[in-house]
Amino acid sequence: MSIPWLASRRTRGVLPGNPACSGCPHNIGLKVLGRVVGDRAILVVPAGCTSIIAGYWPREGLEFPLLHVPFASAAAVASGVRAALDVGGRDDAIVVVWSGDGGAADIGFATLSGAATRNEDILVIVSDNEAYMNTGVQASGTTMWKALTTTSPVLGKTEERKDIALLTLMHKVPYVATASIGYPSDLAEKIRRASEIKGFKLIHLHSPCPPGWRFDSDKTVLVAKLAVETGAWILWEYDRGNFKISPPSTPYRDKSRRKPLTEYIKLQGRLAHLTEEDIREIERRIDENWNLILRLEEYYASHVKA
Amino acid sequence: MGLVYEPVDLEREAFEDLRGFIEKLLSKPAPGSAGRTGAWRLYRPAVDAGRCIKCGICWLYCPDDVISWAPKGLPIIDYSYCKGCGICSSVCPVKAIDMVLEGE
Amino acid sequence: MKVKVLMGNTAVAEAVRMADVDVVSAYPITPQTIIVERIADMVERGELKARYVRVESEHSALAVVYGASASGARVFTATSSHGLLYMYEMLWWVANSRLPIVMAVVTRAIGPPWNIHSDHQDALTVRDAGWIIGFASSVEEAFDMTLQAYRVGEDRRVLLPVMVSLDGFTLSHTSEPVRLPEESEVREWLPPREPLPFKLEPGSYFSVGNLGPDEVTMELRWYVWRAMERAKHVIREVSVDYARRFDRSTHSLVEEFKTGDARYLVVLAGAWSGDAMEAADMLRDEGYPVGVARLRYIRPFPAEELRELATSVRAVLVIDRAVSMGHMGVIAGDLVATTRGKVVVKNIIAGLGGVDMGPEDFKSIIKGFVEEYESGALDSWFYTEWYMPWVRGR
Repeated sequence: MSIPWLASRRTRGVLPGNPACSGCPHNIGLKVLGRVVGDRAILVVPAGCTSIIAGYWPREGLEFPLLHVPFASAAAVASGVRAALDVGGRDDAIVVVWSGDGGAADIGFATLSGAATRNEDILVIVSDNEAYMNTGVQASGTTMWKALTTTSPVLGKTEERKDIALLTLMHKVPYVATASIGYPSDLAEKIRRASEIKGFKLIHLHSPCPPGWRFDSDKTVLVAKLAVETGAWILWEYDRGNFKISPPSTPYRDKSRRKPLTEYIKLQGRLAHLTEEDIREIERRIDENWNLILRLEEYYASHVKA
Repeated sequence: MGLVYEPVDLEREAFEDLRGFIEKLLSKPAPGSAGRTGAWRLYRPAVDAGRCIKCGICWLYCPDDVISWAPKGLPIIDYSYCKGCGICSSVCPVKAIDMVLEGE
Repeated sequence: MKVKVLMGNTAVAEAVRMADVDVVSAYPITPQTIIVERIADMVERGELKARYVRVESEHSALAVVYGASASGARVFTATSSHGLLYMYEMLWWVANSRLPIVMAVVTRAIGPPWNIHSDHQDALTVRDAGWIIGFASSVEEAFDMTLQAYRVGEDRRVLLPVMVSLDGFTLSHTSEPVRLPEESEVREWLPPREPLPFKLEPGSYFSVGNLGPDEVTMELRWYVWRAMERAKHVIREVSVDYARRFDRSTHSLVEEFKTGDARYLVVLAGAWSGDAMEAADMLRDEGYPVGVARLRYIRPFPAEELRELATSVRAVLVIDRAVSMGHMGVIAGDLVATTRGKVVVKNIIAGLGGVDMGPEDFKSIIKGFVEEYESGALDSWFYTEWYMPWVRGR
């Protein structure tokens, strides 16, 4: 969706002067969300950065009807909101869970899985900054292998990250996509498409965090784009049986067109300790992930034809 | 049991309470929910009007939505809330936004 | 008005149907299951036009009805024991958001060891959150209290969630005749919910529960406190109104049994109160001037009623089915605080884990208490004992 179209929207999503850190990726995502569906959306927000970003009483820093909820409850609260709106005949409404990685992939995972299993008519956006940033950068289920956090301060995280988008896809829901705050038009398009589908939708949004990943606040978008350009983050979309790699990631199906991984890694203080061997291992894992995504694309393509 | 209850004007007290706790429980969208965040800024983005191609990319990526922009227009930055993150400067395709140290 | 034989659980389900709730969500746990099975059946058969959300945990059950209530729906959930404890943080979130959610708690012991039988530890453990907590003592009362819960909780003078507790098995699975009012009369008595204190819907731009000054947190708790105080008046009012309308006895916060000329008062709550009253009756025949005060509500605590009752007798016996470890029985602790040491209070902890308590047990406890007092052996102004006759010396 074009920049002029987004700029022409009346609902802003983000209001100037909210408490988000300087260069915050969540704000970029929330701004796009507000511009696309702010007039129809209700936001359910579990504990996380956005609990703060939403503003300090009596002001709200966002432009949404917004319900703060306990950490593990978001997808269930959203299911309840949906149920009440359905009973009241409000089909126009879009109920959105705006969650971090902890709220969706870790403490709230059972709740998310329950809502996905019920195919609740809600949209879950997981704005993933790859650690518990709001409490001071502790390792989460989506923190990448080797990344330094305050609970993996010396050696880096010893476990691989979990893939919340693919886990959700296996719940047989109608819509799952990955996105990046580096590509707002792609994100806007995905939000629009998801908002037109009845049933459970999830967008896994890559949100590089300046203080958490230790890069300067002006590099948020640069880092997000490099994640895609090096192939470390793959943008794809599953829409009711169709699985496609999204346009921004399309060139990088071809490994030779990907930028060197070090360009992405060297900007981040959390990865400054990596050895060459570590980087080779990360690259191997990225290749493996590409294989999986390409195979899935093939699988669904043949599935649709058959 | 013959218990005499203290007479309380329930209606009035309840009405005042309802108003009171709703006011405390709810917040309304407004700029500056963290105050004048312009005060956080170390570097100020300065738009070079001559260089600017009015593409709107700075507007698109500004996390705090402090840039006003209309198609084919120059970006106007609201310095009372701009946190000075520098994203607008880093995404500008023609390097038309400089980050200038505050006070210079 | 027709009379139907119902179990405690089905009576609650029937009340939910008559209350015309919009959204129900629950996770099954013994002994609550029949309530949620029955409601699911009503919804699937179209006898109750509601959305039934089958969740993956109790935490989510309360979260679902929280969301639905925030968007204006009348809601219901039910649980027991570990399920209630699993909901714990949501209980507080609900109370501070002032949403009039109604929940049935079919009381059950907390493990380990696993035990599905009734004591009151689950419901009383959550007493500080800001829920109104009622205790039924008959199947008909479980029905009545559920309907009353909506009127009380949704009253704009109150706006608090309400828990209706009924003892697992002894009420939940016991059949008794219930005088069922006509549905149309109930609808008239309980009109649809007003969407207060707020209604979350698209286009209504506000957020609920933003971070703020510490004073806001404290003031919000203070408002819950005041609403709880007003709830006492509203419960009295609603109980009397309901009794008149549907031909019931007019007990409100406390049911009194032979308290008028009593010199000794027994205080307790829940299904076993009937056995205690039977014991009091037997003791009356033997010349013991005993009365019983059954608490219908634990929160708000009926301090005024109990203070008046307790200070007009020689001594009070509180029989608790829940204990605050390191202190005393939960109700006893509240009563001692309420009477401010003006009366001797003896506290018996009994029936934990569902240990069976019959009229004979109550009789021996009450008789022992009266004799102890009259022989001058009750020398301290309050103390706690555990009633475990199968253990030598207890």
